[in-house]
Amino acid sequence: MNFRKYLVLAGVSLFACIGDTLLARGMKATGNISLHQISSMILIVLNPGVALGIFFLLLFFACYLTALSWADLTYVLPATSLSYVLLTLVAKFYLHEHVSVTRWMGVIMISLGVGFVTQGPALTEKHAPAELEPEAAVAAIAGEVRR
Amino acid sequence: MNTSLAYAWAAVAIIVLASTAGDVLLARAMKQVGDVGALWQSRGLFAVVGRVMTNPCFFIGVAAMATAFYSLMFGLSWGDVSLVVPASSSLTFVTNAIAARIFLHEKVDRRRWAATLFVAAGVVLLAI
Repeated sequence: MNFRKYLVLAGVSLFACIGDTLLARGMKATGNISLHQISSMILIVLNPGVALGIFFLLLFFACYLTALSWADLTYVLPATSLSYVLLTLVAKFYLHEHVSVTRWMGVIMISLGVGFVTQGPALTEKHAPAELEPEAAVAAIAGEVRR
Repeated sequence: MNTSLAYAWAAVAIIVLASTAGDVLLARAMKQVGDVGALWQSRGLFAVVGRVMTNPCFFIGVAAMATAFYSLMFGLSWGDVSLVVPASSSLTFVTNAIAARIFLHEKVDRRRWAATLFVAAGVVLLAI
């Protein structure tokens, strides 16, 4: 793990938080949808808030895929759950919502979970070098050397 | 249990199943692609995009994610955000840990289980 990789993990949390917030607001503005209105379900992406939310979720997705290319799923998921903590901070300091003691306890538990997982190894050691294609192995080694 | 609540829990079940399948398939696809940073440096961005776009696991994973996404949309319009979002996301953390161990052979040690359960419990606490 190096600084750039932590930056990618931060991107996952940040973009997920922004995307979810925008999407939730857009969906609230649109109102209820039902199975009988398939067209309205597709047209929903024309709402500017929803569209911008989807754009941020695409950025989230790119960072998420990048993280999964060099870290375990069971590392990436808890490590990036900081997005829930960010969502609570947005609710408290930007939307000025009341955040109950229970929710702050939730924030503390998630932070503890993030702390636990990031103390450990990011990737399960396997006999990966032998399975890699020669050129990919060379590229991986070159990447390590450059760092 | 009223109808709306039953629909909301049905949506939760579909979201959990679909997003677990999606996460596991995407994780497998990206492991097959290899370290994106190293690949980008040595072969360029197009090589990365090309390798991701030609991976079958990636497309099945995205289809599963899309199913989860639209189930979430329906779930949100049928039930409370405060039920559907925390229930589905906290359960997904747990099912993902189990699935990653079985299908991706990840070493889910005590540290990772603790992290997973703390995060899942924290997500529930955020909603009640």
